[in-house]
Amino acid sequence: MKNPDKNEGNGKLPNLMTDDMKKVLLESGIEVKSLYTKEDVEKSEADHNLPGEYPFTRGIHPLMYRKRPFTIRQYAGFASPEETNKRFKFLIENGQTGLNVAFDLPTQCGYDSDNPKAFGEVGRVGMAVDTLDDFEIAFDGIDLDKITVSLTINGAAIVLMAMYFALAEKRGFDIRTLRGTAQNDILKEFIGRGTWIFPVGTSVKLVVDTVEYCARNVPKYSPVSVCGYHIRESGANPVQEMAYAFSIAKAYTDETLKRGVDIDEFASRLSFNFDIYGNLFEQIAKFRGGRRLWAKIIREEYRAKNDRSSWMRMIAGGGGGGLTKEQPENNIIRSAYYALISALSGTQTMALCSYDEAYTIPTEKAAELSLRTMQILIHEMGICDTVDPLGGSYYVETLTDKFENKIRAEMKKVEAMGGIVAAITTGEIQDIISHQAYDREKRIQGGDIPKVGVNIFQREETPKSVEFHPYNAEATDFQVEKLRKMRKKRNSKKVNQCLNLLREDARNDKNLLPPVIEAVKEYATVGEIIQTLKDVYGEYEEPIFF
Amino acid sequence: MKILLSKPGLDGHDVGVKVLAHALREAGFDIFYTGLRKSIEEIVNQAREVNADMIGLSILSGTHVIICQRMQEVLDEEGVTIPWLVGGNIPLEDLEMMEGCGATAIFPTGTKIDEVVTFLKEYQTV
Repeated sequence: MKNPDKNEGNGKLPNLMTDDMKKVLLESGIEVKSLYTKEDVEKSEADHNLPGEYPFTRGIHPLMYRKRPFTIRQYAGFASPEETNKRFKFLIENGQTGLNVAFDLPTQCGYDSDNPKAFGEVGRVGMAVDTLDDFEIAFDGIDLDKITVSLTINGAAIVLMAMYFALAEKRGFDIRTLRGTAQNDILKEFIGRGTWIFPVGTSVKLVVDTVEYCARNVPKYSPVSVCGYHIRESGANPVQEMAYAFSIAKAYTDETLKRGVDIDEFASRLSFNFDIYGNLFEQIAKFRGGRRLWAKIIREEYRAKNDRSSWMRMIAGGGGGGLTKEQPENNIIRSAYYALISALSGTQTMALCSYDEAYTIPTEKAAELSLRTMQILIHEMGICDTVDPLGGSYYVETLTDKFENKIRAEMKKVEAMGGIVAAITTGEIQDIISHQAYDREKRIQGGDIPKVGVNIFQREETPKSVEFHPYNAEATDFQVEKLRKMRKKRNSKKVNQCLNLLREDARNDKNLLPPVIEAVKEYATVGEIIQTLKDVYGEYEEPIFF
Repeated sequence: MKILLSKPGLDGHDVGVKVLAHALREAGFDIFYTGLRKSIEEIVNQAREVNADMIGLSILSGTHVIICQRMQEVLDEEGVTIPWLVGGNIPLEDLEMMEGCGATAIFPTGTKIDEVVTFLKEYQTV
């Protein structure tokens, strides 16, 4: 293994970092020249578009951050809704402008806190939610008008979205004006992350139910945030990250159109969640080229008339796959670069991984550092002064063009597999990605992909204790006790009526968001609602690929 | 040597376990992977069915101590003596307790693939 510190001892960098005659190949297979000039961009599309103008290569708004900086939305949530409420208030008091809610695994997988499968997992990686009561506690004292809330929930998304809408209604909001986002991208859960519940077809139906319902009833809410992020984390290269995400977004779009909803009634509310790690310019080109391609897809293939429909709105900044357990403080620096990349790419919303995320839920200190990283970028670095500062760069524009073409070509490959839904159902995509993840890991461990602190510039580290976010084991008892009390207090007859109606609607293939909203209003639990749907639809069986 | 790899509990992070599955297969081991969300009972039963010589558990959600305790209980109840390994996000403080539950070896995040392969090859020859 290369170790310039130890082996060479003369401060000389390994040759891969200085020899500019060596072939430079980006992860996406693009070869990089040592110099780009005007000639490279003469054939490019770079000249004829402005920010805020189709196809939005330079950003979706004419003024971008000059008018308003990106939203800061750190991912947070743990233990009980009571404790999560405190962390939310801490973040808001420190200048965070949006919330991004983490749920514990039982909630994500559709189990109540007292289910045996939930044992030991309640409140561990996010906040536990059993009934609407928990939402009322978690968002107590938080102004849903001023702070937009993003729910990181997928398999059980229909239930948690229903709770959010029910909460808003109870607080007297007109849900026609309610803003916010749900992640609600189930197709990527089959590729990475793994919080699937139902078979693939049913899972897509449930997503489309929420898109259709929101288009008609909650038009300012973003019902889906399509995630290239987890696909990349699972082993995809940057081109595949975009191509698979766009293919997934198209799958939801096609199904929504079949419900008779016009493209301009929902496309503007679809958003994206992308990953950042790896080569700086490659990431920026990925977003600029991807934004242009998505605009073209929506206008040319789907005949959208409204420009907003073809906006690729995104959250980006985190890149867990780039962070390391070795010399964890280096992750603070990596994340600051990821934040810079995200801002130079015209993101709408930013969330960073905290430096300790490679081994724990962020401590309050780590979460604060992430927040400050973004604030320094906004307030000290001049990042908001002018729109798309890299626009016109020979290199960036050339890469942007190449990315657009490469993503398009990769999407064609997905079509050749029978489309993304088929390719996920058979496991073909999972198979491709898992092979790539192995290949990448081998190249890191073999030293081909340089990682500071891992395969170059290592330091002998004696294993030491690190500060952990503490797990509150009593949270389970507390949550289970609250759930028991709620089961006694609520009107069981009404709950059963609601669940029966839901079962009936599921059998008749109706849109299930309205009956789920009715059920959560009566304090039906996440587990009861999901079990009712499992009775009708069955559960997903994972194809095993490695 | 037959190794059954699994993901106990509700944790869905399977990149690591799949990377290890590829690596161990390439190193000549006979690998079974159960997929996500298996209970300890399911894992032990499947290990018996395929006649596994070793069980590998991958845990990144922080539930490793509880899972190790449960592993010990189930193996004792069923009278099964298959050795088992744990990999994942495991803090130093928990190693002793996990070994106390009977884990043969523990590989925290940051372990190199080669270390696991070497360990298993040596274990095989003992």
